[in-house]
This record gives sequence, structure tokens and C-alpha cells, in this order.
Amino acid sequence: MTAQSIQRVKGRVVPLGGDDIDTDRIIPARFLLCTTFAELGEHAFEDDRKSPGHPFSDPRYAGAKILVTGRNFGCGSSREHAPQALKRRGLEAVIGESFAEIFLDNATSCGMVCACLPREVIEKLLADAKRDPRSEATIDLAARTVGLRRRKYPLAMDESVRQRLLDGSWDVLAVLQEARDRADALAARLPYLAFRRGGAAR
Amino acid sequence: MGRNLLAKVWDLHRVRDLPGGATQLFIGLHLIHEVTSPQAFEALRERGLKVARPDLTFAVVDHVVPTDDVRRPLADPLAEEMFCAIEDNTAACGIAFFPPGCGSQGVIHVAAPELGLTRPGLTIACGDSHTSTHGALGAVAFGIGTSQVRDVLATQCLAARRPKVRRIVLTGKLGPWVAAKDVILHIIRVLGVKGGVGFAYELAGPVVERMGIEERLTLCNMGIEGGARIAYCNPDEKTFAYLAGRRYAPDGADFAAAAAWWRTMASDPDASFDDEVALDVGDLAPMVTWGITPGQAIAIDEAVPSPSACPGPERAQAEEAQDFMGVTPGKPLTGLKVNVVFIGSCTNGRLSDLRVAARVARRGRVAPGVRALVVPGSERVAAQAEAEGLADVFRRAGFEWRLPGCSMCLAMNPDRLRAGELCVATSNRNFKGRQGHPQGRTVLAGPAMAAAAALAGEIVDIRTMMGADA
Ligand code: SF4
Repeated sequence: MTAQSIQRVKGRVVPLGGDDIDTDRIIPARFLLCTTFAELGEHAFEDDRKSPGHPFSDPRYAGAKILVTGRNFGCGSSREHAPQALKRRGLEAVIGESFAEIFLDNATSCGMVCACLPREVIEKLLADAKRDPRSEATIDLAARTVGLRRRKYPLAMDESVRQRLLDGSWDVLAVLQEARDRADALAARLPYLAFRRGGAAR
Repeated sequence: MGRNLLAKVWDLHRVRDLPGGATQLFIGLHLIHEVTSPQAFEALRERGLKVARPDLTFAVVDHVVPTDDVRRPLADPLAEEMFCAIEDNTAACGIAFFPPGCGSQGVIHVAAPELGLTRPGLTIACGDSHTSTHGALGAVAFGIGTSQVRDVLATQCLAARRPKVRRIVLTGKLGPWVAAKDVILHIIRVLGVKGGVGFAYELAGPVVERMGIEERLTLCNMGIEGGARIAYCNPDEKTFAYLAGRRYAPDGADFAAAAAWWRTMASDPDASFDDEVALDVGDLAPMVTWGITPGQAIAIDEAVPSPSACPGPERAQAEEAQDFMGVTPGKPLTGLKVNVVFIGSCTNGRLSDLRVAARVARRGRVAPGVRALVVPGSERVAAQAEAEGLADVFRRAGFEWRLPGCSMCLAMNPDRLRAGELCVATSNRNFKGRQGHPQGRTVLAGPAMAAAAALAGEIVDIRTMMGADA
């Protein structure tokens, strides 16, 4: 099963801003008491949202597709619940100065685009969306650009991640399955799997 | 030119290169727990897939278990549902599962090394960011998300990007009451919470060589708080001694063969690194955090920085943090009133941590009005602590001696802060809301400092409290 190719994301912007926004803030731990991701969308930024002026509680940003934030977004816990919550709220992409690695992997695994821009451009995007919540941005993965008000800014992105989104292998399981025989052959050569294990059985 | 440990382990496990520069990497050990696995098993069922290597997969329940009463059904129906899910999934797939009462249950990053599952030269993945912990024994271990848990279950492989390696050489002799937790908080402060993004941290030098395995586990545990998804120490004789006789470690003649192989997996003396940092930690004092990221840390005898002294981009964050925490710039943290003390977690919930905390607890009683929890990291730690009399020391001093689990590290069980409470915690994250209440406040510290805060009812310098008793 190959997933769908993701070429571009065009839509309105939620101006979140902020640096080092951790996954506990994106989805607080009490909402992890679940065995499916289905209900997570309503709880994205549940606690932060209570502070006045938070864009996630501002109806003018409902339906936006692109979240804009600062550096090291998604640091902290490995919970895939974080990008899942954002995705289930309708977001398709996050633009930031940089991303924590596990978040980047998790977001990619659920087909969410994470694009990096320099701080000056991020500030433009934030200012623009704050001034006019209807303003749109376009992330073009093939051209490696972010378009804002007829101007285009080059975006930075991990190349393997960009490839996976473009060729539809962001859901990478099928790709990994192709090399099953090679994985088995490798396992047979691993020295440590041949060592006899200690006395007590399971 | 020699090779470093990461390069050796990576090349050994490389199934093939994927387009765009990622590697299909074979995973030697897959650890799972109840929070990040149920959706992965569900995805397998939806696609009609089997678990590829149940023999290389091991499971615990740790995040949601209560620490006072683990009789089934658990009081919280959602927690019970998650417990049932991992129980059923592991039984259906033939995966070893360590539930409460089996003698080996615990926080996954405490339990797996104790079982001898964590060994040098392996690739280890777990749906948990603190998987970096296992690097303390010379493995390449990293946290993954739920889709990747699914990938590993189905194929025992991952699509992974090879990190660069930064060698951090630690020199100097640690002062009294200064230990691994203080060292890693210092590293994060110096290199930043995103300083390690894209890197694996090799922690090396005489300070690391002198550390026991449990201290190295503490050190690697918080690598991720510095942005480094992988942290590791080179395996040495201490590593091998630690592993000897453990349940899943090689046995008999094979142990010698294994040790010989493990020795070859350490970084070569002439190995090259993408970056090297040297830090003298000889004059380090016990560390505490004053803010809402683990990088916002200071020595206990240092003042909380003024936001205007912070570099530009960090200024607003420092203001927000100080406002939230109720700390005053220009003043040290000593004297700050404490409501709760939490000693435990995969950072500092091991026997050596409890020994240090108990040395302090012997000196007095928990201050009136302070709730102090000691949560051993695993059932094995708990049993040893009982046998050594540490549990009694804690009980006598007025600490609550609890059952093992993650507990108040992230408060997915009933152990939670209440609004406005300030907690000195030996865990690893001081994010807003981390300990179960959006207005709960966390000060991270080592086990000795946490125990001292419990007795004093406020943050104190352990070195002053214990005087000459270093
Ligand atoms: S103790 Fe805390 S950091 Fe460690 S695994 Fe549990 S929740 Fe995560």
C-alpha cells in the first residue's frame, strides 16, 4: 500500500510563534489515556489555549492548514499523539525555524509537512497572519519554496523527508517490507543474536 | 582512521540505503509500553500483518500504573483499557510481557538494563524519547513514534537518518554531592535544549569512566533533553561486570565471547567525530532548574538570571518561565517553598539514587505540609531497597514509599500535582503541565537535593545541610 504523494500545501496560517514548544503542551499527558488517536484533535493545546489570545481558541483561525512556530518545535516526549492531534484538527503543515527530530519523524509518518524557514521570514508570516487571518501561504515541496503574498522564500527540509512526502512513501512500511529477505539475511549475521542466553527462561 | 561506536553499530545494522539518504536499519531490540503501542498493533491488524520478531520484542506496563494499588481492574477505566490492550496484544503475538507482580516490572528504561536486555553493540528502539538511556551500556538506542513502532513490529526495521556524532569529553573530579544528574543538566545548559539536534552524543572522558553504570544511565537518559536523540557511553569492564549473570545476558562460555565482541564495538582510540566538546566539571555545584525547559538550569549557589541578560531569542521565554515559576531574577532558588517532592523516574529511580536520597532522609523528617513520594524505578529496585532497609528509612522519615512506575514524572496515573504546587522532582522534564496540572511547577534536581528539599520544606543547598558529611 503506497500512500498519496504530497506536492504542496496551500492554506491559511495559524500564527502560533514561540520557541521550544514541547509535546506536553501540544497534547497534555492526560489525553494519552487512549488506545486510538481518534479524539485527539479537540485537545490540541488544551491547556495553553486557555490563556487569552491563544490562536487555537480564536475562531478566525479555524480551518487553517499551516501552523507557524519558532525553533525546536515538538521537543520532549516521543508521543505521535502530538502531530496526530494537530492533523486531526485539520492542520496539514508546520512551518518552523527548526524541529525536534522525533517530532519530525512522527509528523512525516502521518503525512504532515514540516518545513524550515529563517527567523525573519517566520516573523513575516506571523505578522501577516496576525494582521489578516485570511492570508494564505503555499508550501511547494517540489520547488522547495514557501509563497507568501506573491513572494517566494526558499525553504529548508531534510532531503529524505522531502522525498518520502513527494513520492508518497511517507508511510514507509511498504518500502521496509520490500527488503524483508535482506533484513533476515542481516539478522542471521549479527554476532549477538548467536550468543547463548543466560540460565533463566522467560 | 578509526571508527566511532555509532558508525560501527550503524553499519552492522544497515539493511540498505533508502532514497534521499535514510537508512533501512535493523533493530536488535524493540521495547514497548502501553502508551505508544496500542495504535501500532491496531495498524498491524488492519493490514493483516504479523509481528516479525516477537523474540526481539519486550513489553512492560509503566506509565499508567497506579503506585498505591495495582489490583485489577485498575481504578481508572482508561488505564485499565490500556493495560488490557498491551496484555492482549503481547499474548496474541507471543511477546514477553512484564506486568506488575512478576518481579521484573518497572519503567522500561530501568527494567530493560536490569534484565540484561540492553547490551553493547545493539540497535534499540522504543516508542519513548528516553530510550537514549540504554546508550549507557554502549548501544545505539533512540525513541520513535507510534507509526515507527508499527514499522518495527511488522519488519524489525526502521527508516532512520544517520546522525552526526559529537564527542563530549568530561574532565575534572566531581565535588561532594555532585553526580550524573548535575553533569547532564550542565551539559544541556551549555549546549542548549536543541544543541544536540542532528547529533548523537558520545559521553566520554575520565568523569564518565569513573561513573558506575547507573550514573551513566542517568547521563544518557537526558541526552534527549539536550536535543540528542541518541546518547551513549563506550562499553568497558564496568559494563561487562554489570551484565554478568543478568537474565538475558549471554551465559557461560558465550559470555566471554560476547565480552570480546563488545570490546570491539567501542569507539577506536583514533576515531573521528563530527564535533568535539571538552567540559571541565570539576567545580560544578548541585544543579536545579528555575524555568520550564531543562536548559533553564543553574547551580544551587547561583542567582536566577535576569531575562535581560539572556540572549535575545531566549529573553521572552525566560520572562514567561520566571512568571510561571514564581522565581525572582537576581536571587538564588534556595528558600523557595516546596509542596511536593518526587524521587523516582527513569532518570533517578535506581538503587544508587535511592541510596543517596536515603542518606539524606536519615537526617530528619519530611517537613510538615510537604508531600514526598519515593517511587522505585522497578520491582527489582524496590526489592533491593526493601532488603537494604532503605524503604524503612524513607517510611520512618515520613516519605511515601510507593510501587514502581512512571508516576509523577508525567502523571498519567493518579499521582499528580495540584494547581500552583511546586515540586522538586528527580525526573527529566519541567515543561508546563508535565506533572499533571497545567499550573503545577517543577524544579528538576538530583536525588540528594530532592530529599533535602523534602526535609527542609524549601529548596536548600545539600552541601550546607549535610555539612562535613560528604
Ligand atoms: S519515568 Fe518519565 S520519562 Fe521515564 S519513561 Fe516514564 S514517563 Fe517517560
